[in-house]
This record gives sequence, structure tokens and C-alpha cells, in this order.
Amino acid sequence: MSDDRESILSRVRGALAPLHERAPLPDYDSELAVMRKLIAGRDLAELFAERIKRVNGLAVTNAADLVAYLRKGGWLHGYCDPVLWPKLQPAFGPDFTVETTFDRKRVDDYAFGITRAAGAIAESGTIVLNDALTSSRLGALAPWVHVAVIERALIHPDLPTAVAALGTDPNVIWVTGPSRTADVEGILIEGVHGPGQQVALVV
Amino acid sequence: MSCQPIDQYATQIPREKRAAVYQGTKATHEKRTKLLFDQFADPNRLRRLAGEIKQHTIENLDTYLPQVEAKLKANGVNVHWAGNAESACKAVLDIMQARGATKIVKAKTMVSEEIELAPFLEKHGMEALETDLGEFIVQIDHDHPSHIVRPIIHKSRAEIARSFEREGLGAYNDDPETITRRARQFLRHKYLSADVGMTGGNFVSAESGRIAVVTNEGNSRFCLAATKCHIAVIGIEKIVPRDRDLAVFLNLLARSATAQELTTYTEFIRGPKSPEQPDGPEEMHVIFVDNGRSEVLASECREILRCIRCGACLNVCPIYRQVSGHAYRSVYPGPVGAVLSPLLMGEKFPQKADLPKASSLCGACNEVCPVNIPIPDLLLRLRNRAKEENVPSVGTPPMGGWSILASQPAAWRAALVGGKIMDFLPLRHIPVPPLSKWEAKRDLPPWRGGQFRKWMKQRQRPGA
Ligand code: SF4
Repeated sequence: MSDDRESILSRVRGALAPLHERAPLPDYDSELAVMRKLIAGRDLAELFAERIKRVNGLAVTNAADLVAYLRKGGWLHGYCDPVLWPKLQPAFGPDFTVETTFDRKRVDDYAFGITRAAGAIAESGTIVLNDALTSSRLGALAPWVHVAVIERALIHPDLPTAVAALGTDPNVIWVTGPSRTADVEGILIEGVHGPGQQVALVV
Repeated sequence: MSCQPIDQYATQIPREKRAAVYQGTKATHEKRTKLLFDQFADPNRLRRLAGEIKQHTIENLDTYLPQVEAKLKANGVNVHWAGNAESACKAVLDIMQARGATKIVKAKTMVSEEIELAPFLEKHGMEALETDLGEFIVQIDHDHPSHIVRPIIHKSRAEIARSFEREGLGAYNDDPETITRRARQFLRHKYLSADVGMTGGNFVSAESGRIAVVTNEGNSRFCLAATKCHIAVIGIEKIVPRDRDLAVFLNLLARSATAQELTTYTEFIRGPKSPEQPDGPEEMHVIFVDNGRSEVLASECREILRCIRCGACLNVCPIYRQVSGHAYRSVYPGPVGAVLSPLLMGEKFPQKADLPKASSLCGACNEVCPVNIPIPDLLLRLRNRAKEENVPSVGTPPMGGWSILASQPAAWRAALVGGKIMDFLPLRHIPVPPLSKWEAKRDLPPWRGGQFRKWMKQRQRPGA
């Protein structure tokens, strides 16, 4: 479609030629897009835990709490990132079966998926995942419960800071709460395609 | 007197449907206002800034388009250009055929709706499936979306349940949770068997070539986790200059669209998956679509290209709330549609020249717009264009009598006082067809003429 390229660009140039002046690129203070009042003086892990609750997610700070939560929900079979599993395994009992490769042919079999996060955003209660650290995109998406393991030091205070840290990873995704829709008569339903439960294990 | 086209549509909408649209739009609007104003120090400054950034971008598209193309290519993305709908559809088909692909799963993209991609692909033997729950329902019903953000705002759960039953997605059940679970089960297997995943792009950073895609359901993520090829169809106006601008727009988009602080899934895509990842597309294509946008850029209404498709102007618009989305006869309904749709028609502008007239010019759309588009001004410019092009106006009542009345102060005063009589007349039964027709579908509010003058007089009294 190289013809299309040339004709689009020449139409665009033609459309802009009559403008005497073009709107300048505004500079601004990134603070403008920050919920400043919320963040001032707060411990970021604490704020993150508070904010993820607001979007119907959950933050826990140790593996024992995570295991108790999974057991209570009856989510006993799942996937775990192979790098994380040796560290987490001691907290899990024999009632669990955990696999370290995600088999897409059995996509419905996994009740939970545990993956590493690349960070979090405190002001919005968001989990940040990327290709470099997430062992399987499907493992973090298809099971009913997704657990993201986040290092405390990687929590960003706000959106502008998190944008600045996007880096060169081909795919970064911010997840703010469980998958949701309000398409049917405006009624909120969670777990549409992705997880119905979004959990963060902050370490 | 015949009705305006939009009015004609409105007369056919059942009352319950109208009430559903009214309630749905109003609730979102109120929540949004609260969120914006509680959380930011200067929300109005923020939305003016967003408008300025976008205005700058569209006025410098001749620089930004080649810049973004170079960045995308450097990131390993194949870039295509499509001047019109046909060429865009053809580009998708070519990519699919080159890969021997037959199945495509789509996360909601307005552009693909605009170019009517799904029917085109189906005609060429491809299976094209919408994966956003609302869009999926629209697709199985052979219907059209009626809202930018909530495509099935016009449908009740009973209707949806009947459609699911008809399509073999379980026995009749109108519980929204059951409906959603059934769709989850059905669609996730479709993702896994599809060859190509398609998304739109909410923003593209010229600085890095990073594409931001937002969904609440996570369907775009599923498309990009399960398929081996990603095609993004993106309007040429979707560019923002720098990565840092993304924070400004993402903050505004979710709040304006659904009164969330941030959309649930915000994906930043720079290229095909990394080699270490087991999932994700190995190949990525971006198709930049013009389809009339460069003409809009050349017009007096280029500000409308700032639009980030949040739907806030629909939610607040008294006309949209009454007539709902289909009345606009286009992919883009509501105030934004009233400007954009006639412009995108190009030479066929007269076919939609009635839309800019369907507005009370109350200014609510401008006030909520996160990119500060002066929609009422643009509507006036388009009305003017229709006049200059001698587009005949259908169903607009002649205003001659009114203009005589309004230009004679004494007569006007008398009319204001005398108008009170309207409250007591059985208007519906007066045998004047335009009047009874109008009244059959509307309730005239109590007469308030003259109140303002009284109030003014009291204010002017010394000591008052
Ligand atoms: S015109 Fe403004 S308010 Fe309307 S959809 Fe576009 S960005 Fe949103």
C-alpha cells in the first residue's frame, strides 16, 4: 500500500499548508496528572494495598496468607512461575497441585496462576506485568485467580512515574483489578475473560 | 410537517428503552464528575492541557506520521497505510492470506467497525469474531453498537438471554452473571484457536512507537496472548507526541468513559513478543487508516480529531439520552458523531447534514469533553456549511413567525405572559397535526415564560 502512504501524507500536508500558525506543543508539570493529596507522605506498599482494595483486588504480604486465601476459595490447582515455585512451595500443603508449565490445551483446568510482576502503581492499585518477567501471558490471564508477586522496591507512586519506567519491553500491561464489564444493563460483573480475583503478594 | 430523520427514529423507540438509556448515561456522568473533581488539584487545567497536546499533534501530523512509522519499524512492526475503508479491509485480508490464516478474534476497535471489516472478511471466507461482550452480542444479533463505550446500552437482559438461547449458548437465563460466564467459556476457546488477534490503538506515542490499548474485560490481552499474529488498525489521528503524555490521557480517558480511575487493562505494545515469552504474537502489523480523516483535517472542524472516544459527551447530551445511538446512523453517535459522521462522509455530506441540527447547543458536551472540543461551535460551523451548500432541510419547522415575534419587544412580552395558557390546553387533542404529533411523544414542561424578567426587575430595585 505504498501508494496509499504517499497519498495520505500528501493530503495531510495539503490540509495543513493553509495554517498560518500551528498549535505549539505545551510543556507542563507532570504533577498535574497525579493524585497528589493521596500520595503525600504515604508508605507506598501500604497505599497500594489500600488502593487495590478499592478496585476489588487484594494485597497480602506473606505466602502463608496467600495459601490460606487460595484454600478458603477452594482454588487448589494452579500454575506457578518456575522461578517463584521453589520459594513458595514450602508454604503450600499437599492438598495443592501446582504446575510450572502452562499447558494452553487445558486452559480451563487452572484455578490460579502465580507470576512475577514488574512493579505496581500505588495511587491506582495497579499491577504492572511485562514480557521480561512474566513467565506466561496466559498463565497470568486465563485462571480465575491471578497472583502477582511484587517486590516492594518496584512500587511506583503514580502514573507519570510508571510511564517513565516503561522501558523497552515489547509488552507492558497495567492491571487494575479483576477483568470486568458492565455491558449487561450496567450491572458490574467480574471475571469476564480474565481473572475474577486479582491478588498481589507484596514481598 | 414531516419529522427530522433523528426525530423519526426517536418516535419509534419504546419508552422502556429510552428510560434505560437515560438512566445508564446519567449515572455514569454523575460518577465521573465527582471522581475528576475530587482527585485532581486542577481538573479543568488538565483537560485543557490534553486538548492542547492533541491539537498540536493533529496540526503537525505531517511530522508525526513519518516519525511514528520509523519508530514502529525499528521496533519490528510492519506498517501499512490505508487511504479508505476498502484499502484497509484489503490490507487485513492480505496479511491473513499471506499467513494462511482463516480465523481472527477482535478486541473492540471503532475503526474496524467504521470500515465494516467483519462482513468483508466473512465474505472472503474468514471467521471474524468480536470478543468484547457487548460487541459479541451486537454481532450475534446482526445489530449495531449504539454507544461508543457501552455498545449494548439499548438492550435488556431478556433480549440478550433470548439471543444466547437462539445461538446455542445455553437455555434461557437472563441473570447477567450467567450470561457473562457463558460468554467467557465460549470465547476463550475461540481465542485459543484463532490465527490472528486484532486490536485498535487508543494512543500511539511518536516518541517510542508505543501503542496503548485499553479494555476493561481483558479481551485485547487474551487476543495478544493466544494468537501468533497481531494486527492493529488505527486512525491516523491517534498519535500523541511523547510517552509522558500517555499519563495525562489515560487518567482522563477512564474517568470520562466509565468513571474509573484507570481502565482495568492498559497494554503498552512496542512490538512482537520477546523471544523468551511462550505466549504472544510473533508478528505484528499496524494499519494506519485515513478514510476521510485528512479531509476533516483540512476542514474548519479539525478540532474533532482530538477526540479520544470516551463517550462522555454522549452520556451528558439531552438529545442522545432521548434518541439513543442508532438515530445517528453511524458508528459515532451523540455529539461527537453529529460532528464527525457528516464530515467523514466527504462528498456525501448532505446525507448526514441533519445531524448537526439535532442539538440544543446547550454546551454540556464541551464542558465534559476531556480534550475540550468546542462541539457546539463545530455544530454551528456545519449548519452553516449545509446552508452554503444548499442542503435542503427536512422537517425543520419554519421560523419566520417566531422571528417576527421575537423582534418586537411588546409582542414578545405579551406572548410570554399569555403563554401560561398552554398549561391548561389539551394540546394533544388540538387537531393541528404537527402539534399533536409532537405532543404524542413528549411532555411539555410547565410554562415558565416571564419569570426571568420578573427576577431581573426585582434585582434592579434599589436596595434589593
Ligand atoms: S468528543 Fe470529547 S467527550 Fe465526546 S467522545 Fe470525544 S473526547 Fe469524549
